[in-house]
Order: sequence, then C-alpha cells, then structure tokens
Amino acid sequence: MSEGVIKKFMYVNRKPPYGTVYALESLEVVLIGAAFDQDVSLAFIGDGVYQLTAGQSTGGIGMKNFSPTYNALGDYDITKLYVEKESLEERGLAIDDLMEVVYEDEDEDYAEKPSIRLVSRAELADIMAEQDVLLNF
Amino acid sequence: MLHTVNKSPFERNSLNTCLGLVKPGSAVLLIEDGVVGAIKGTAIEDQLIQAMQSCKLYVLGPDLAARGLAEDKLLDGIQVVDYGGFVDLVAEHTSVQSWL
Amino acid sequence: MKFGILINEGPYQHQASDSAYQFVKAALEKGHEIFRVFFYHDGVQNATRLASPPQDDRNIIALWSALAKEHNLDLVVCVAAALRRGILDENEAKRGGKDAHNLADGFRISGLGQLIEAGIQSDRLVVFGD
Repeated sequence: MSEGVIKKFMYVNRKPPYGTVYALESLEVVLIGAAFDQDVSLAFIGDGVYQLTAGQSTGGIGMKNFSPTYNALGDYDITKLYVEKESLEERGLAIDDLMEVVYEDEDEDYAEKPSIRLVSRAELADIMAEQDVLLNF
Repeated sequence: MLHTVNKSPFERNSLNTCLGLVKPGSAVLLIEDGVVGAIKGTAIEDQLIQAMQSCKLYVLGPDLAARGLAEDKLLDGIQVVDYGGFVDLVAEHTSVQSWL
Repeated sequence: MKFGILINEGPYQHQASDSAYQFVKAALEKGHEIFRVFFYHDGVQNATRLASPPQDDRNIIALWSALAKEHNLDLVVCVAAALRRGILDENEAKRGGKDAHNLADGFRISGLGQLIEAGIQSDRLVVFGD
C-alpha cells in the first residue's frame, strides 16, 4: 500500500453490460481499488448508462446479474456515480429508468443519499479535467 | 489533459464522445484506427476544424503510414507525431483519457 | 517521469498490445521509467508462452519478454482475469489441480491492487484497449 498519497481516480464506463466483460471486470477493479483509500468516482457515458438500468434480469442468457453490486459500492465509500444526462436522453432514458443506488452519509447521521449524480456534458468535462488517473475499460 | 482516440469516427462514436467532453486547451491524439479521421474532405471535417479552435489535434504518423494515408492528405492544423512524440504529449499533460 | 501502462486486449486481435509496446520502447529510449505494465481483461493473453505465430509475423509475447529482460520491466497479469482465461503460472496450476502452466518469461501473476498501485505511484497512467 502507498500511504499518504491520495489521487483522484475515475473509472470511465462506456459499454453496456453482458455483451462484453468490460463492465463486470471494471466493477472488480473498483471494488479492489476501494481498499486503497483514494478519491474514487465512476462516470457512465454513452452506452455505459445501460450498466445502471433498473430491473436487469439475466436468467435467460445464463449469466450472473452483477447489477446489485453497484448498490454495495456505498459500503466501500464509493459514492460518486456520475451519469451523463445527454447520454441518457439520447437513448430515450431518464433517471427513473436507473437503479436506485444509495449510500449512508456518516457526516449526516447516516442519512441515505443517492450515489447517482446526473450531470450535464459540460459539468462532466469539468469533473474529468480534475482527475489524476482515468481508467477506461 | 491529453485525450487519445483509437477508433474510426465512421464506425464508432469514440471521437464524437471525446470532442463533446474536451475542455479548451486540451490535446487530442488520434492513434490506431482513429487516424482515419484526420484526413481532409471527410464527413467529420467541420467538426474537427471546430475542435481545433480551442484544442490541439495530433495524429500518430506510424499508424497513418500503416493505413496508406499520406501526410499531405491531412486536414490543415493537425500535427503528426511519432511514438516519441506520443510519449512527450503524455508527459506534457497532467492526465490521459483513452477513448477506446 | 514514471509511466504506468494498462493493456486491456489480447495480442493479434487488437493493436492495443503493439501500440503499448511501441509506446513503452519510445518512453524507455527517452529515459523515462516504466513503473509497471498491467495486463487486464483479454490483455492477459499477452502472457501465454504457448503462442506460436508464423515466422514472418512478430511474436508479441516474446517481444514483451525480451523487453522485460532488457529493462527489468514489471509485467503483471491480473490473477482473476488470467485464471478465467486459462493463463496460469506454476503455483496457480498446482493450486487449481491443472496439468500445465503457460506463463511466459518476464511476466508475473498478481492481484488488481497492482493496477491501483501503478495508478498511485506512476506520474501518468496510459490505457491501451479496444
């Protein structure tokens, strides 16, 4: 472990789940990375927004539904899931079509707060520009 | 910030997504299949000319040559770099975003 | 400057590993340090010593092994991704009761934490993928 250094890590997700392994293996990095106490966020851009749709049901394709894992991220202090608003709109989706992902805010008596933050393309550009390490899968 | 794009803009949306999220003063380097977007007279020419008003555009020469595209076909303003130049671009910018 | 490299695709199918190799070579020539090259997703296939490309083609696996030897590079293959895809070193083969192992010289198998550490320790992390 590297003590003392805190960098801004962003995981940039641009692919739908299941058709390729990127979404699942990206999530595996996020979970392992959580142990390193870095400033972590996830971005969902383009087809990446499909990773967060509510009601994923994979029984028919014989693959494991890993979408519940996003809801466990709060327990690992990963609470910033940026979803690009324009990407949702271009795909005929709205925030209501996504899973509810929440975390408990320690600073506010463990009040439940949404982890998914809808941001505009311009806002996301600003957030990306602040990052130290961008991981793309 | 340095952005790299390795996909043809005629097949995938990586370049389009990249250009939607670049901040003024950033650099965009086209590599691998991404280099095909750097040519004059394409359907995305206007988009690149617009992007070059606020960003610098680069293309990886060895990938261009491998695909039979001569440098005199390049859109004015796009700079050619070799792998050493790619390394320099990474070193000069504080972070790298690879649009895959 | 210290660079970390992430390779997400296997050899031959995609140019990712070739591009990363050329980048690493150029960086070393310029006097930069390569903190680590991390292989993830199908990128773990870059570490199979059983790859046997035709003689008139480059042997990407052997190129990495040689570069690692020459420059003492740390080539790390993600254990979870590798086991899924049948890339095993002697230890993992023994542990999984497999009759063979295929990790090429100069590579080692380790956890995803090595990727995060590369992100923390390197001045820049560059991703090559599809």
